[in-house]
Amino acid sequence: MAQFGRALLEAASAASPAPKGVSLHSVTKVFGDVVAVAELNLEVHAGEFFSMLGPSGSGKTTVLRMIAGFEDATSGTIELDGVDVTRMAPFDRNVNTVFQDYALFPHLTIAENVGYGLRVRRMGKSETVERVERALKQVRLAHTADRLPHQLSGGQRQRIALARALILQPSVLLLDEPLGALDKQLREEMQVELKQIQREVGITFIFVTHDQEEALTLSDRVAVFNNGRIEQVGTPNEVYEFPQTSFVAGFLGISNLIAPAHASVITGIDKLISVRPERVRLADAASAVAANETSVLGTVYETVYTGPTTRYIIETAAGLRLTAERHNDHHPTAAAAFGRGDAVRAIWKTDHVSIVP
Amino acid sequence: MTSTVPRVTPAEPGRVKTHGPGRVQPAGRNPLSTRLHRSPRLRLLGLLALPLTWLVGVYIFSLVMLLITAFWRTDPFTSKVIPGFTFDNFVRLVENPAYLSTSLRTLSIALLVTLLSVMFSIPLGIFMAKVASPWLRAFLAVAITLPLWAGYLVKILAMRITFTENGFFNSALEPLGLSGPGFSYTTVVLTLTYLWFPYMALPVYTAVRQIPANLFDASADLGARSWTTIRTVVVPLLKPAVIAGSIFTFSLSLGDYLAAKFVGGSTQMIGSVIASNINLNPPIAAAFSVVPIVFVLVYLFAVRKTGALERM
Repeated sequence: MAQFGRALLEAASAASPAPKGVSLHSVTKVFGDVVAVAELNLEVHAGEFFSMLGPSGSGKTTVLRMIAGFEDATSGTIELDGVDVTRMAPFDRNVNTVFQDYALFPHLTIAENVGYGLRVRRMGKSETVERVERALKQVRLAHTADRLPHQLSGGQRQRIALARALILQPSVLLLDEPLGALDKQLREEMQVELKQIQREVGITFIFVTHDQEEALTLSDRVAVFNNGRIEQVGTPNEVYEFPQTSFVAGFLGISNLIAPAHASVITGIDKLISVRPERVRLADAASAVAANETSVLGTVYETVYTGPTTRYIIETAAGLRLTAERHNDHHPTAAAAFGRGDAVRAIWKTDHVSIVP
Repeated sequence: MTSTVPRVTPAEPGRVKTHGPGRVQPAGRNPLSTRLHRSPRLRLLGLLALPLTWLVGVYIFSLVMLLITAFWRTDPFTSKVIPGFTFDNFVRLVENPAYLSTSLRTLSIALLVTLLSVMFSIPLGIFMAKVASPWLRAFLAVAITLPLWAGYLVKILAMRITFTENGFFNSALEPLGLSGPGFSYTTVVLTLTYLWFPYMALPVYTAVRQIPANLFDASADLGARSWTTIRTVVVPLLKPAVIAGSIFTFSLSLGDYLAAKFVGGSTQMIGSVIASNINLNPPIAAAFSVVPIVFVLVYLFAVRKTGALERM
C-alpha cells in the first residue's frame, strides 16, 4: 500500500513539475485552549537543510509532528512534494523521523531495527539484508548488527536511528532534537556527520533544535520560532546579522540591543538597533575615534573569561549595558586588557549596526 | 540591555545563618548501628531471619512432609497410613486411566484459562492505555480490580447462579433456541478465567502503559499500520507481563477444585481427586499433588528457556 502510494507520488511528480519540498499554508494547531501553532506559513525547498529553531514551547516540535503525521493540524494544509498530505496517516507519508530519544525498538536487534521499515513493506529478504548492511556501513556501525539497542552508546543509537529512517529513502527526513542527549564533543562530531550524510543523500532535512549554534552551523536556512509563530526565516547569516525582531536578535547569540531612547543619543538613529559583541572594540576612554565609527563611554562592570574570548560588560553613565567580546590573542600569561571599574570607550563601525524593524 | 549581564545580589544575612532551632544535630553513637555497619553478614542475617523462618520452617517443611507421605501406603482394610517407601502410588497414577485423564483435563483447563486471559487482556490493555479517556481508564481499572475484593466462594456461587438451569445464560439464549453450557468443562474454564483474569489484566495493562509513546510513532513513521505495530512491537514487549500473569492464571487454575465442584457438573480436576482422597487415602492424594507441581516446574522451565524471566 505504502509502495503503491509512493509510486503514485513519483508518477505525479514525474508528470508535472510539482513544487518539491514541504509547504505549510496557514497551519494552526490547538491543544485544548492552548494555541501551539498559529496560522503558520512555511516553504521548505527540496534538498535543503532546514532548521526550526526556538525555545521550548515555541511550537517547532508540533510543526514537525504535523509534517510527520503524528498530530492532525486543526486547520490549514500541509503539502509534500505538491501533494496534500494534511489528512494522511504517518504510514502513508513519504517522510521519516529521527526521534529525540531515538525510539529504537528495545526487543529488536540493530539490524532488525534498521530493517523494520523494509520488513513492514514486505521487501524480499535478500534485498532487505543487503540494504540493511549498506545502511549500517553508511553510519559505520556494521559490527553492531546483532546487538540490542541498550548495548549501544548514545551516539551509536543516534546513528542507528538515522540509518533506520534513511533506509526508506524518504523525500523528507525530520529530526527532532536528535543531538540533544549527547555531550558537547560528540554533538559536534555528529553535526559534521549529519551535514555530510545530508549532502551525500540529497534528501530534505528538517531539523528541530533549541541550540542556536547548532542551527547556524548546520542549516542552509533557519526559521526562528516563538510563541507558535515564525519570527524570521533566512540563511544563518541573515538571521544572525540582520535580525528582523528583537526576539531573533536576543535568541541567536548575545546581542547588544540598544533601545531607541539610548540609540538616538549615541547614534542619532531613533530606532531599536543591534550590534554584536564581537563587533564592539574597547579602548582607553581618552583614545580617538575614526570618522566611520560610533562610540560610547562607560566603565567595566564585569569581565567573563570563556577561554577563547573574554567578554566585557560595560555600563554607561546613562545606565545602558553593552557587551564587548575580545579574542584572547594576547600572550597567555598577559593580564586582561581591562579590569572591573576601568573607564573605557566602546567603539564599533557605524555600518556594523543593524536596525531591528 | 544585554541578555548576559550576571545579576549580582549581595548575600542575604539570613541565608548564611548556621545556628538556630532548625539545626540538625549530629547523630549520637548507637552501638547496634555501628556493629551492623561493620558486619555485612550480620545485616544479611537480620534481614533474612524472619522470612527464612517462614519459608523453611512452615512452607518448605510442610511441602517436604507432603512429598514424603506420597511414598507411604494405606492399609486397604483399616485405612491406616503406614510409613514406608514405595512407588505404588505413582504407578497407580500412571496406570489408572481415570487419574491420567484427570491430569490431562486439568492441564488443558489451566492452559485454556491462561489463553483466554491473554486474549482478553491484550486488547483491553491497549484500549485502556492508548484509547480510553482518563475517566474511562480509571473506571475500567476499578472494574478489573473490584472483583478481587469479593470472596472467592461468592464469585463461584455467582457463576453458579449465572449458569444454572433457569439462570441468566439459559434464559438469555432461550429466544434463540439455544441453551448455555450448563455445569460443564466449559463453565469451569469460564469461571476460572473470570476468577484469575485480574492477575493477567493488571500486569498487561501496566506493561502497555510503560511502552514509550514514541515507539508507536516510530512504528507508524516507518510504515506500519496499527495491526502491524501491535503484532511486531506491542505484543513482543508485553511478553514478560504475559508470562508473569500466566504464572498466576496457570498455577492457580491447576490447583483449583471448588470451581469444578460447584459449576463443573461431573468434571473432575486434580484438586477434586485430592480433596476426595485426603481422608481416605492420604498417600495417593499426596502423590497426585506432585502432578501439578511437576506441571508448574515444567512450565517455569520452559518460560526460563525463552529468557523472559530475566526481564521480569
